[in-house]
Amino acid sequence: MLIINCPYCGERPEIEFRYGGEAHIARPADPSALSDAEWTDFLYNRTNPKGKHAERWRHIHGCGRYFNAVRDTVSDFFVTTYKTGEARPDIEESAR
Amino acid sequence: MTGAFRTASGGRIDRSKPVAFTFDGQHLSGFSGDTLASALIANGIHLTGRSFKYHRPRGILSAGTDEPNALVGVGRDEAHYAPNLRATQVELYEGLKAESQNRWPSLKFDAGAVNDLASPLLPSGFYYKTFMWPAKAWTKFYEPKIRAMAGLGRAPEAPDADRYSQHYAHCDVLVVGSGPAGLAAALAAAASGVKVMLVDEQPEMGGSLLASRDASIDGKPAQQWLADALAELSAADNVTLMTRTTAFGYFPHNMIALAERVTEHVAVPDPELPRERLWQVRAKEVVLATGALERPLVFPDNDRPGVMLADSGRTYANRYGAKPGKRAVIFTACDAGYRSALDLAAAGVEIAAIADLRRNPAGELPAKALAAGIEVRPSTAVTGTSGRLRVSGAALTKMGEYDFGATQQIACDVLLMSGGFTPSVHLFSQSRGKLAFDPVLNCYVPGTSVERERSAGASRGLFELGAALEDGYAKGADAAKAAKGAKAPARAFAAQAPRLGTDGHIGATPHNRNPAFAKAFVDWQNDVTAKDIKLATREGFRSIEHIKRYTTTGMATDQGKTSNMNALGIVSDALKTPVPQIGLTTFRPPFTPTTFGIFAGAARGELFDPARQTAIHGWAAEQGAIFEDVGNWKRALYFPRGNEGMHEAVARECRAVRSAVGIFDASTLGKIEIVGPDAAEFMNRMYTNAWAKLEPGRLRYGVMLREDGFVMDDGVVGRMAPDRFHVTTTTGGAPRVLAHMEDYLQTEWPDLDVWLTSTTEQWSVIAVQGPLARQVLRPLLEGIDLSKEAMPHMSVREGTILGIPTRVFSVSFTGELGFEVNVPSEHGRKVWEAIYASGQKFGITPYGTETMHVLRAEKGYIIVGQETDGTATPDDVNLGWAVGKAKKDFVGKRALARASMSAPDRKQLVGLFTVEPQTVLEEGAQVVADPKAPVPVPMLGHVTSSYHSSVLGRSIALAVIKGGRGRIGQKLFVPMPDRVIEVEVTEPVFYDPKGERFDV
Amino acid sequence: MRPDAAAEAPLQKFSGFALLRNALGGHQNWGHQWRNPAPKDEYDVVIVGAGGHGLGAAYYLAKEHGITNVAVIERGWLGGGNTGRNTTIIRSNYLFDESAALYEHSVKLWEGLSQDLNYNVMYSARGVLMLAHNHHDVASFKRHVHSNRLNGVDNEWLDADGVKAFCPPLNIKSMRYPILGGALQRRGGTARHDAVAWGFARGASDRGVDIIQNCEVTGIRRGANGAVEGVETSRGFIRAKKIGVSAAGHTSVVMSMAGVRMPLESYPLQALVSEPVKPAFDSVVMSNTIHAYISQSDKGEMVIGAGTDAYTSYSQRGGLHITTHTLDAICELVPQFRRLRMLRNWGGIVDVTPDRSPIIAKTPVPGLYVNCGWGTGGFKATPGSANVFAHTIAKDAPHPINAPFSLERFRDGFLIDEAAAAAVAH
Repeated sequence: MLIINCPYCGERPEIEFRYGGEAHIARPADPSALSDAEWTDFLYNRTNPKGKHAERWRHIHGCGRYFNAVRDTVSDFFVTTYKTGEARPDIEESAR
Repeated sequence: MTGAFRTASGGRIDRSKPVAFTFDGQHLSGFSGDTLASALIANGIHLTGRSFKYHRPRGILSAGTDEPNALVGVGRDEAHYAPNLRATQVELYEGLKAESQNRWPSLKFDAGAVNDLASPLLPSGFYYKTFMWPAKAWTKFYEPKIRAMAGLGRAPEAPDADRYSQHYAHCDVLVVGSGPAGLAAALAAAASGVKVMLVDEQPEMGGSLLASRDASIDGKPAQQWLADALAELSAADNVTLMTRTTAFGYFPHNMIALAERVTEHVAVPDPELPRERLWQVRAKEVVLATGALERPLVFPDNDRPGVMLADSGRTYANRYGAKPGKRAVIFTACDAGYRSALDLAAAGVEIAAIADLRRNPAGELPAKALAAGIEVRPSTAVTGTSGRLRVSGAALTKMGEYDFGATQQIACDVLLMSGGFTPSVHLFSQSRGKLAFDPVLNCYVPGTSVERERSAGASRGLFELGAALEDGYAKGADAAKAAKGAKAPARAFAAQAPRLGTDGHIGATPHNRNPAFAKAFVDWQNDVTAKDIKLATREGFRSIEHIKRYTTTGMATDQGKTSNMNALGIVSDALKTPVPQIGLTTFRPPFTPTTFGIFAGAARGELFDPARQTAIHGWAAEQGAIFEDVGNWKRALYFPRGNEGMHEAVARECRAVRSAVGIFDASTLGKIEIVGPDAAEFMNRMYTNAWAKLEPGRLRYGVMLREDGFVMDDGVVGRMAPDRFHVTTTTGGAPRVLAHMEDYLQTEWPDLDVWLTSTTEQWSVIAVQGPLARQVLRPLLEGIDLSKEAMPHMSVREGTILGIPTRVFSVSFTGELGFEVNVPSEHGRKVWEAIYASGQKFGITPYGTETMHVLRAEKGYIIVGQETDGTATPDDVNLGWAVGKAKKDFVGKRALARASMSAPDRKQLVGLFTVEPQTVLEEGAQVVADPKAPVPVPMLGHVTSSYHSSVLGRSIALAVIKGGRGRIGQKLFVPMPDRVIEVEVTEPVFYDPKGERFDV
Repeated sequence: MRPDAAAEAPLQKFSGFALLRNALGGHQNWGHQWRNPAPKDEYDVVIVGAGGHGLGAAYYLAKEHGITNVAVIERGWLGGGNTGRNTTIIRSNYLFDESAALYEHSVKLWEGLSQDLNYNVMYSARGVLMLAHNHHDVASFKRHVHSNRLNGVDNEWLDADGVKAFCPPLNIKSMRYPILGGALQRRGGTARHDAVAWGFARGASDRGVDIIQNCEVTGIRRGANGAVEGVETSRGFIRAKKIGVSAAGHTSVVMSMAGVRMPLESYPLQALVSEPVKPAFDSVVMSNTIHAYISQSDKGEMVIGAGTDAYTSYSQRGGLHITTHTLDAICELVPQFRRLRMLRNWGGIVDVTPDRSPIIAKTPVPGLYVNCGWGTGGFKATPGSANVFAHTIAKDAPHPINAPFSLERFRDGFLIDEAAAAAVAH
């Protein structure tokens, strides 16, 4: 069970959180303007990197807030967590 | 009699407390403090089991968790029976009943031993090469035979009568293992003032110190020093000591899982106590002082009862006062064998000879042995043993420079072997630390750490007592510093113990027997021999993982504790490749086998998943309602009267609602309060419907899609005020819907000023449905005019009922005039009872979910999850009208624009009438156009809901059918295994299609 | 004798007689099961990933399409990924026509696979029973049963008493979610996972396929026209006319080397076994509602599937809370197993698609093919998937069975959503 550092509440065990998938995939402002291929990329395609992954978590059994994290998907160790809306920290791209 | 093989004195057993036990029905006696294994040895018994494949007689090999042979079933009755326990770990208690395993009819005469004769036909992987003809024979014939032969003990046949509990703990420093290094680490951390946990799998703390005979620390005998150290730790407030507690798993972020055995060693357990406890410990820092395991030597016939690890033999003598035999041969590749020889000699065992693989054993211990007059034979290997159920002699062969010299048979009743020690790096490896190969010690030691841990003492190859103590203390101090910045006072240890040196051996030992036929066991339990491993390399297996899987070496219940390094040594030899290049199999949890029960803990029966109950549940139960599980809710399915079955009860309940009035507990509906200046805009984006123009005081049926365009949820929504919506969701759907809403609100549209609050548990919802509903409710309500004019269908009013604030919805899921009375849950039952009382003169009838289903199906109302399955668009289920076409965007709108979402052959919701009106279709049955078509029969869709409708006097069904709306009036077929049912496609609304009954 | 001379000797046919003959010689004369060659400069087809699916594709390329200039490239050791980490359940009673056709194709191949490969893969049709605990389960499973029957796939509905009769160790009534019935596929069962990889490896190697282990693909080279030219590996560049990616949990990583984004996420999936005991559980039982999967191996171990962790990961391990949740359910279903002990707990990496159905398809890159997205259910499909993947590579066009399992289905909305339809993913 991972320990996750909620930017609002601090370190808590994983079972207090709900995973929210890859971060920084903004819903297009005008989905109708997108081609089928562009829409598919938004809806379904994911980076799924082996290495540093920017992802969303929600502290569902705590403050209820969504936030973002960068986690190494090889070790499952977190590099950092940060608030929704903040830019992805400048961390070297995913190792393979 | 307490054992012919007891020493005269000494050991940590309590000779004043004899303990009676049985083994395979034989009445025996030991002492308090014995393990089953030590008590058997004290009674002269080594034969304790049969091997997995060849059913060879096997004895006690070790004194600890690495025991592969002496596995027993233990339990006073079937509900307390546990198979495969290691006799070396089973503590003796009065009345203990143990039985041997994997033998028939008896341990001494086992019919399965015929496999041993057939063993030339059963090399590793033989089953991959045969049993293939004829094709069906594998499942029908060969496999059942193989299954019956395999397995060790038997599974219990009665449900476990014991309890298990689960606990969480935090500490600054967790020390695993209480041998010299672990104790020293705990002393250092304790002295630093941080919170320390010291855990050990054994009944007593002390590890190797418990078996010491002549070592001393700080001028005291080691066992006295141990007692003093434990007293010091026990007295410290910041230290928790846990014995009988195995650290079995190292999980990410320094979470260590412990299994504590609480009552297993007690004759009459306290019924208040659980059998075992699971501890999940989050430690700031960890010290792994897990010690080392002695390696067996791989030589021909090394598996006879009486062949055991040298250090274990010494442990039995010193710690338990049990002599493993009368006359011992020692086979060793290191100085540890000499220590055992000396200790056994001191215990009164005759040492026939020490065969040493080394040419020139020159350490302190060999010198002592020579001085004690023990015969030492350098450059000598044991090349065979004799005896059937117990070793009776060993063949000692002199090894020359290039060939073998003479062989001499030496009689013995115990043969002790030592190949040196292998550090226990299991937990370190589980933590994902990287192992490094130590070419001097010929073993893997901890390398780079990943978690916040460090290894100490023998677990990293420091086998000398003084070094282990120093290292342990340094590591404990380091851990305390890392955890809290705390500082430990300096402390030195003056340890006196004979040096063990660094010699050892891995792989098979040299012998002059035919290598194609000699059985030199590497994995005792799984009957894997050196030649099996060589066969695997001949067959092209290169990776150690392949060799493990092909030969099954290391896959027995000791998970390679005795076998891994020797297997690697043999592969290295066969492939002429250095050990580090062969790789190492991965260490996986658990360290030792761990009872399923502790993982399940208290999660059994009702606590498996606690049931949610509404405020009205108790009333329904008192009325004799039959309940069903809907998600984790308990819902009243129907309310039988007298001897009614479900069908009669449901027919009666339906009639009551249609002709008079019924009352239904709808409290399980999910509810979310959506509030804020942008609430309407938020609703617009989340639901397909348009909300801006919905006036306060009105209700609307809302449909919610996933972003991929498929129906996710539905529910009636009330606009309470311009900035406030009362949203309802499906039962069980509320958490999903709320999470979905929060996701969009927080991460996509944080600019919207809206608050979402789950109110599912806050409101009891009492549905009063039927033409007389108004009369029932009117006398109870204050501030709400229920008249048709003042409160039309699909409106909401706030007022009070019995003085309690309420929100009343005029809404119907039955097709009748209906109201849903929302009141705070703490008043739910009181209001329910008042309404029920008020309705008595109108014949008010409580009804359950089955009636609710029938009534809504008669009206063609869908249930999300029944008519839809995650692949339905709103139009598929005739909800196209609820999609706001003019809206620029809502969740799911873009996906609906894909061509496939409006394809003409999509499955659409329709009704079905069976041509024979009393036939009720089966839900899930498939609908076809041509029941005589060859397989695969093209299918058009399936029946989603099907009931007998008492108001219509016939069956009705809802179905989703390809192009269904264009098929209305067509005849289709529902093929069943035994017949074909003819149906007619109809509109899906069977009753009051114009909706005239809402506003009676 | 040269080091690999034995490998070049003709393959020895496996049989009881061969075993007997070799026994007389102390089994000194068995040759290599497969060659361990150095990679050639160029192949007609390079398969990335030597799991069951990849090795099987190479085997069928050689056997059914005559394409033998094939290499299977593996980062670790063959069969070491999900092939060697799964709970070995085989069944074909899927709901949708497309899925039923694919898995049924596979079960039919399983039924003759030992004989075809001359390697006993121990396909054991002991029956797979899926338990229903609520009204929704009952309706869903009946929908499966009817659909399967009309598709020619065996699957039958058992009521609660029928479930108890078929699998007596089960606790039917005294539990939180009593068992209301179950769907039984009698032809479902298990197979020996390692043997599948080894059997395909032996068969492929014997037909000329090079299996190259400990060779990591580090890049996919594409030409000016966009088509593949070969793979960069830890052992140098290997030219290839066609590349088939069969890399399970690592598919996204490999495909990204060719610049293709995939609708995949990789999750940890855990499984565990008990200590071996004498036969006590004859069939395979699955409960999706309370999350438990159990069968007993021929060795006697109870083989138990746990769930996936919540987050994407390549760590091949997961949280203890996933295991405890699974054992909660097992101890409810079979309370007499509560005193059994967990022997080993491990994790794999499963790649999951949005509709929980696989992708076996051409890609936008000419000469690049992909077989992935099996989630938790890939083992059962091994021979069938490998067979149609080989067809897709050989013909540069999908077999009718895998045509629906395209990448384009996500764009066009023709999903095959077994998970949403049935809430059954395994």
